[in-house]
Amino acid sequence: MASANATIQIYINEQPRRILSGLSLMELRDAFKPAADIMIHNGHPMQSDVELAEGDRVVLIRRGEIPPADELEALLVSRHGPGIHEKIKNATIGIAGCGGLGSAVAVTLARLGVGALRLVDHDVVEPSNLNRQQFFIDQIGRMKTDALAENLKRINPYVKTEAILARLTRDNIAATFAGCAVVAECFDDPAAKRDMTIAMRRDLPAVPLVTVSGIAGAGPSEAIRIRKVMDNVWLVGDGETAAEPGRGLLAPRVAVAAGHQASVILRILLGEES
Amino acid sequence: MEIKVNGEPRRIEPGMTIVQLLGELGLEPLHLAIEHNGDIVDETSIAGIDLKAGDTLEIIRFVGGG
Repeated sequence: MASANATIQIYINEQPRRILSGLSLMELRDAFKPAADIMIHNGHPMQSDVELAEGDRVVLIRRGEIPPADELEALLVSRHGPGIHEKIKNATIGIAGCGGLGSAVAVTLARLGVGALRLVDHDVVEPSNLNRQQFFIDQIGRMKTDALAENLKRINPYVKTEAILARLTRDNIAATFAGCAVVAECFDDPAAKRDMTIAMRRDLPAVPLVTVSGIAGAGPSEAIRIRKVMDNVWLVGDGETAAEPGRGLLAPRVAVAAGHQASVILRILLGEES
Repeated sequence: MEIKVNGEPRRIEPGMTIVQLLGELGLEPLHLAIEHNGDIVDETSIAGIDLKAGDTLEIIRFVGGG
């Protein structure tokens, strides 16, 4: 039986704290941060009050206030729901090619707060990239790896980035991505895509690869599917719609495919893919 | 004889090679990643492989765009 002054442990802005048992969310807000106008309880924003329980995670935010550095990382992932960030914050993800797919996969994984992103490309940002790639006008002419690393830092400074200037071939893929938890194939060129699967299966068979084929044009986005095709190889795309003269690459289907890639990567990190 | 291609059973002529099967499937070998019984097969080894009953093939066809 609980005594009158029993305590429970909860997390307030991700810091462990002991509070009196029986305390409610709004009582906690009034005691710890009365100016907070956003209360997130176990990943969900709350309007109504609720009694707090052992192990609960409460985030208290004041709109418009830039939080102190020691709280910021926790606040950035406070809508994830319990247990997600712990499982992904130490993983390094390889991004092979920082164009339409790679820049969007990297932005999504940075918003998730993965541990590190290894960004590999050999090209510069050019105007024709901006119809689908996550760069800005004032970055035209910059190396894609550097420009992307800069953008990711503005989204989540706790995600480490490694920018590698390289043209990937079958002979340097294994050395480039050794130590990665998962690698995303994000090339444009079909020969480079093929070489990625061949090199990863041959030289890094224990590292999952999420590769893409068939995302061009303005066809229905639900034709872009996810299929596990080999041990540790997932394929995203409709499998046939090539970029070619008369059929270009457009932001919506590229974003859908990159979202599918990031989703598979998250599920692998969470242990939800076989 | 029967083999599996991308998870689907398929009847082929005995003694058929991978290269012949790709022709029958209408696939140019240029941008394919092929796994034969779990082993990745590259351009240099593909010509020497005859298919046997029960073999499994996974064929990924890559088209451009990214």
